[in-house]
Amino acid sequence: MKPMTLKLSAAAALMSLAAFGVQAAGVTVTIACGTVGQDFDFCKKAVDEWSAKTGNTVKHLTIPQSTSDVLGLFRQMFAAKSTDLDVLNVDVVWPGLIKDQLLDLKPYTKGAEKEHFPAIIANNTINGKLVAMPWFTDAGVLYYRKDLLAKYGDKAPTTWDELTATAKKVMDGERKAGNGDMQGYVFQGKAYEGLSCNAIEWVASFGGGSIIDADGKVTINNPKAAKALTTAASWIGTIAPTGVLNYGEEDARGVFQKGNSVFMRNWPYAWSLSQGADSPVKGKVGVVALPRGDGGKTAAALGGWQLAVNKNSKHPAEAADLVMYLTSTAVQKDRAIRGSYNPTIPALYKDADVLKANPFFGDLYDTFVGAVPRPATITGVKYNEVSAAFWNAAHEVLSGTAKSEDSLKKLETKIDSIRRGPKWQ
Amino acid sequence: MRNPTSELTRERTRSAWVFLAPTLFVLLMVAGWPLGRTIFFSFTDASLETIGESTYKMVGLANYFGDYGVFNFGTAEGFWKTDWGMAIGNTFKFAIVSVVLETILGVVFALVLNAEFKGRGFVRAAVLVPWAIPTIVSAKMWAWIMHDQFGVMNALLRSAHIIDHNIAWTAEPAYALWAVVLVDVWKTTPFMALLTLAALQMLPRDCYEAAHVDGIHPVKVFFKVTLPLIWPALMVAVIFRLLDALRVFDIIYVMTSNSVSTISMSGFVRREIVDNNYVGYGSAASTVLFLIIGACTLIYLKVSRVDLGGKK
Repeated sequence: MKPMTLKLSAAAALMSLAAFGVQAAGVTVTIACGTVGQDFDFCKKAVDEWSAKTGNTVKHLTIPQSTSDVLGLFRQMFAAKSTDLDVLNVDVVWPGLIKDQLLDLKPYTKGAEKEHFPAIIANNTINGKLVAMPWFTDAGVLYYRKDLLAKYGDKAPTTWDELTATAKKVMDGERKAGNGDMQGYVFQGKAYEGLSCNAIEWVASFGGGSIIDADGKVTINNPKAAKALTTAASWIGTIAPTGVLNYGEEDARGVFQKGNSVFMRNWPYAWSLSQGADSPVKGKVGVVALPRGDGGKTAAALGGWQLAVNKNSKHPAEAADLVMYLTSTAVQKDRAIRGSYNPTIPALYKDADVLKANPFFGDLYDTFVGAVPRPATITGVKYNEVSAAFWNAAHEVLSGTAKSEDSLKKLETKIDSIRRGPKWQ
Repeated sequence: MRNPTSELTRERTRSAWVFLAPTLFVLLMVAGWPLGRTIFFSFTDASLETIGESTYKMVGLANYFGDYGVFNFGTAEGFWKTDWGMAIGNTFKFAIVSVVLETILGVVFALVLNAEFKGRGFVRAAVLVPWAIPTIVSAKMWAWIMHDQFGVMNALLRSAHIIDHNIAWTAEPAYALWAVVLVDVWKTTPFMALLTLAALQMLPRDCYEAAHVDGIHPVKVFFKVTLPLIWPALMVAVIFRLLDALRVFDIIYVMTSNSVSTISMSGFVRREIVDNNYVGYGSAASTVLFLIIGACTLIYLKVSRVDLGGKK
């Protein structure tokens, strides 16, 4: 072959190889999928499976730990019309806040949404658009040390008074026996969205309503809600360490998993971590529904995360495909068994493998189904402000800077002024 | 009439402007444009969605003096109990306490560093380390040190029997302000020390020799001789720190839980713009913050009679 032709054919071969290489790599999709506990590891595993299956690559975006900070980050990205993020995790209270920035997933689901809990699908459907697919659901539960309660002859509490008494008894006993760091009850008391969840559980469990009723009227200023907050404030410094005023989910879990607390209120994700190989409390933990207040019923805050696609994404079809894969039955079953993430598919709650790994999924099924939602749907775009006012009021009462009656009265006025009119939207 | 300035002077002035032009342009783009945009937004009802689409409306002074404005003096519990009022109070409390402590400690450190001792050069470099660490990093570090369950501070204090139970330094209302002040003082004392040291190095030796010969007590020497001489430089350092402290954001945001009892003015602005989606109202608060800092600077300059032009 003449040298020129050899060079040209070599170049052509190289270019076609390169083109083939680019084709084989597919598109790059960026996902932000959680930072608490094992969120990242689980997400990465499922995402890698999808990558191998479809030939696309996925990049992970690290996001802050606090849900309030994550929302702030996403909103700023939307304001800048950023295309940096394709798939994002969406808290159960956010669809109303960021509905205009999310892609309608109905064309991509092929009917898969019928397999999920109707209530969650309804939560994610705004004006006929399905803005997010349910990924896992959450409800606050009470973790307790089976071994310590057995040692002191107590059963798992069903009322807040029982919890207080048991916690004090066990805590004092353990401290006398030498563990000076033992606490009674740890929960999320920092001034952020997590406190709104804890506080709405207290209020609802005393029969004090859920801040705003279905007609948009502010119902939080009532004696039962005041009693709930006063009861919670009485725990600080007695059965709960004062530091709880700055605890998020991971801080509380850190104390409980180290073996230094009798009770903990947290989301179900903490179960699989507490039963992990390196956990000091492996085999010693039980899970029950949260206690009720006098004359009330047990109440758990409805949590849960969804997956959505950024409206400005450059690869909407691939991103939607990733979302559908991650929310499929197979992936949710794996996450339930190995990570105790609550599935959003009712059929999985009857699956033998899932129930074997998480016995409390069966016992607490009614808790999950009947969880108390925060008033996100009714308040729409103003939810964040309302939640901030609520958590600030709760934090004031917990830290002792205000009495609960005064705080709730101020809160009612504040929420009315946030509404700025007779209707929320 | 002939122009009194000579051709040479005018030429020099022209070339001065030419040399300054790039800097002024960059300053305008980097500082002037965002400031102007913020002030513009304070007259609108913008939100994070509408600034992208430019669909916001002008609302005049409603964000300042309206029913839901920044100067909301008509509320039931009074202006100082509103979120904005409390943010102002928190910030001023923090700024005054922290700047006073930093100044006193900085002067003490500078006096020590001014003395001759072996390894002085190394100590002068080492003393800058807290200042060199980014504030976010040191705030997170200290947050871990002060953590009530896992923190080293509680562990050390308990093993020395100074406290008998873990104290939540950043969570308890009584201690939160002091925890934040501690971290700020730790970080910025080196800055004050170095500025004061620079002034100390310029002092003439003959005053001290005269004082030594007269047998005056060192403390009296400090207050009567040293302090008046370094006063202008010290006042410049203090105004720097005061402005920084009034703008504080990262320490309070990272270490405390940002409830209304600890939130700073900058933290409030961020909360309104990013969390609550009121870009217009947040920009108004931000503009008021800018004006407050400007007013403080003017008052300060008048009161301390410092001439920043350096003629004093």
